[in-house]
Amino acid sequence: MEICQKARKPGVTGQGTVLKERGEDNLEVLQLFVSGLANGCVYGLIALGFVLIYKATEAVNFAQGDFMMVGAFVSLGLTNAGYMDLPFWIAAPLTITIMAVFGYLIDLFVLRHLFGQSQTAVVILTIAMGFVLRFVAGLIWGHEPQTLESPLALGDLHIGGVVLGMADVAIIVVTFLMTWFLYQFFQRTKLGLAMQAASQNQMAAYFMGIPVKRVQGLIWGLSGATAAVAGILFASKGAIDPNAGLLGIKAFAAAVIGGFGSLPGALAGGLIVGVIEPFAARYLAAGYSQIAPYALLLAVLVFRPHGLFSQVRVKKV
Amino acid sequence: MRIHFKTTYNDDIRLFPDRWTFMVYAALLVLAFALPYLIGEFYLGEVTNVLIWAIAGLGLMLLTGQTGQASLGHAAFLAIGCYANTILIEQGVPFIVAFPLAGIITGLVGVLIAIPVLRLHGIYLAIATIALSVLADDIIVLTEPWSGGVSGKFPEMITIFGLEIERWSMPSRFYYLVLVVTIICTLFYRNLLRSPLGRAFAAVRDSEVSATAMGVHIARTKGKAFGLSCMITGWAGALMGYYAGTFNNETFSLVISITLLMMIVIGGLGTIHGAFFGAVVVAFLPQGLSILKDGVFGSGVAIPGLETGVFGVILILFILFEPMGIYGRWLKIRIWFELFPFARKDMFRRQKSYLKTERLR
Amino acid sequence: MSLLEINNATLKFGGVVAVNDLSFSVEEGEVYAIVGPNGAGKSTAFNLISRFYEPFAGTFRFDGNNLLDLDADQVADLGIARTFQNIELFDHATVLQNLLVGRHRHRKTTLLEEMFFMPRVRREEERHRAAVEEVIDFLDLQPYRNKMIAGLPYGVRKVVELGRALASEPRLLLLDEPASGLSVEETQDMRWWIDDIRKQMGITVLMVEHDMGLVSGVSDRVLALADGAKLAEGTPAEVQADPAVIEAYLGAGAA
Repeated sequence: MEICQKARKPGVTGQGTVLKERGEDNLEVLQLFVSGLANGCVYGLIALGFVLIYKATEAVNFAQGDFMMVGAFVSLGLTNAGYMDLPFWIAAPLTITIMAVFGYLIDLFVLRHLFGQSQTAVVILTIAMGFVLRFVAGLIWGHEPQTLESPLALGDLHIGGVVLGMADVAIIVVTFLMTWFLYQFFQRTKLGLAMQAASQNQMAAYFMGIPVKRVQGLIWGLSGATAAVAGILFASKGAIDPNAGLLGIKAFAAAVIGGFGSLPGALAGGLIVGVIEPFAARYLAAGYSQIAPYALLLAVLVFRPHGLFSQVRVKKV
Repeated sequence: MRIHFKTTYNDDIRLFPDRWTFMVYAALLVLAFALPYLIGEFYLGEVTNVLIWAIAGLGLMLLTGQTGQASLGHAAFLAIGCYANTILIEQGVPFIVAFPLAGIITGLVGVLIAIPVLRLHGIYLAIATIALSVLADDIIVLTEPWSGGVSGKFPEMITIFGLEIERWSMPSRFYYLVLVVTIICTLFYRNLLRSPLGRAFAAVRDSEVSATAMGVHIARTKGKAFGLSCMITGWAGALMGYYAGTFNNETFSLVISITLLMMIVIGGLGTIHGAFFGAVVVAFLPQGLSILKDGVFGSGVAIPGLETGVFGVILILFILFEPMGIYGRWLKIRIWFELFPFARKDMFRRQKSYLKTERLR
Repeated sequence: MSLLEINNATLKFGGVVAVNDLSFSVEEGEVYAIVGPNGAGKSTAFNLISRFYEPFAGTFRFDGNNLLDLDADQVADLGIARTFQNIELFDHATVLQNLLVGRHRHRKTTLLEEMFFMPRVRREEERHRAAVEEVIDFLDLQPYRNKMIAGLPYGVRKVVELGRALASEPRLLLLDEPASGLSVEETQDMRWWIDDIRKQMGITVLMVEHDMGLVSGVSDRVLALADGAKLAEGTPAEVQADPAVIEAYLGAGAA
């Protein structure tokens, strides 16, 4: 915070009082906005995980937040001095690989057996999975909040009086890259298109020669990897504990606001939720600020049930 | 195997298909009423707890099992029922009026919320109701003048025409009260199932398109299901308030919502028995686990998240291997014995189908 | 006046014209069939009548009522029942319950009566059951009465769906490909049933069907569609002999 103060001073000297206050206000707004952006990117990354699975299997992984938590703990377990003490740049890709395999295995051993059951069954199953993951993570890594010893966590960046943590910058950059990459993947590659086809009509996709089950496994792997990225970034930014996955609820809000079928929508939704939060905390009375993201979520559901960025269509008979 | 010949249409309409079934349930009812004379106060309290959970389960079952709408926010309606009942009684309304009214208020609030929310399908509904459950906590804090906020409320002693009922000092009276409410709710549920509305619920659950083509108004039917579900849940909430003796904004949390949903899945979706079986699991699991834990690790060892973790594992196993829940398993065992030795393994094979999406894109 | 009158119906999905300026009318008591290649707009026409789709233009009148004033669920109240191309039954209910849902438009009891199961509800239930039993007898569904739909073979489901529509005692029955996926024997049964539905029950039938054998066997008039527009209309023989129809089915140059 000291660095913050110093950084602000040059901009204020020699100006009139009114201007000075306005300048500080603007700076504060900018600061809130940027910190919201970084948080929003984490929500966006988790939301990406939801949307990936939804796009490919028409199901929602309610444990995506807990996937992120596990990813964070795995990277922490590999990197931190108290555990395996590997260099971060080896641990990070390792974590992503482990989580991708983890996602694939979850599909292989759990979700694949649900084939043909209703969406509600998947919803309930993944919620239960979240409980189990939280419990297991608590057993392995304990319930005390821990921080990842990450090179991203060091240092701040000063841009015209606004202070940005390096971790925040990394989060924003990586999130935008991830979204772009996944978007291209779904739009351009054969596998991506096959995944979309598989979600819309499993039977037809199967007849067209798409190995529906394997595609489903791959998408779970991909969403596991996404969760790992989110987890590493989140753990670089602040402390994590087994309940960190509950953040997933806000990511839901993000996914819904963006429209469940759209990857850029998920990111946009995450950013909206992330930016609203600090502003609500700053300008609204105590009890009301926590409500803001959920109130927005409900408003979107009521007025634009399929998200801000998508069109509503009905089932064909 | 029992075979009964049906001679009138009423054989399919009445509550009990045959004399034997009637006798079984009559015996069960007699046992339920004799229970306070058979077991100690501690266990009576536990049974009361089971019944309250079962009422809440019936409420959610009507919505999720019958109408196919998963709600992850039913704790919010437990809270509304509980607060409505307590506040009405504090305003001087007698219990005998306040209690039914609390359910009706919860039902009406449910309908109001349902109007926008029920246009949503499957997961969207689940997420909206999660938001509802999270919001309920904050709203209780914000409406502190009525709700007591964080410091909570203590429900007053129940008096019905001068008869005092209190959970701790007279557990058997409280048990009878809960039992009567349970029976009433179960009868309501049964009656709905065998009437046009119950069939409309099933129609909406299985195919909205053809339900519409048959003249079922989807939104109105879902609204009714939501309202009735919330009404029953509201009653359960009011009873829960008495059972706990004190409650605040954190009593009816998201975890309770999710526990409720998991309870009816473990019990068996779409069946009345399922709500009761599920309630038994939810009520006794914590006790069972703590006894087990004390046996293995010695008392005093705390394992946070153990209950929910084990609960999650049980649930996953049920969804994977017995989607019909405990009641489904029970039916299979019964049929196996009835047909012995002619039961075949593939008699109960589930039909697997590829997902047909409701989405068009 | 015709029972069902459709004038200048048009519907577009995005840029694709599904139904283009289509007009036809169905007389009381006849069996009217719509034929055409895949994607000709046959099922779309049905969905317009059922009010599942909102037309861009056109008038839809049933027995003097403007269908466009009604919601999809109110269409059933007028006495229009339908089946679906891909069978839309209530899978987790019994055959009996499915047929009883067909009686939904005849229900008279209120929510409160049903909650307390007043004597009137019981009387009504027995009345509905009697009506449903007639349908069961008509379609020979007795062996399946208490079976779950989820476990029934395709052919039986098709019949149950017909039964559910009949249970609502409609004036107009819309059958969307009643014979698709059926065996030769089952198609033969379907043909007799459609004949009996018209003759014994006096129900007007409008159907979409690919099986020309069935169409020419039961229908009074046939409408041939291609690309959402009318190609030919007349008796089955007339339509089958129409050069435009032959070309649409067999491709240019075949005629």
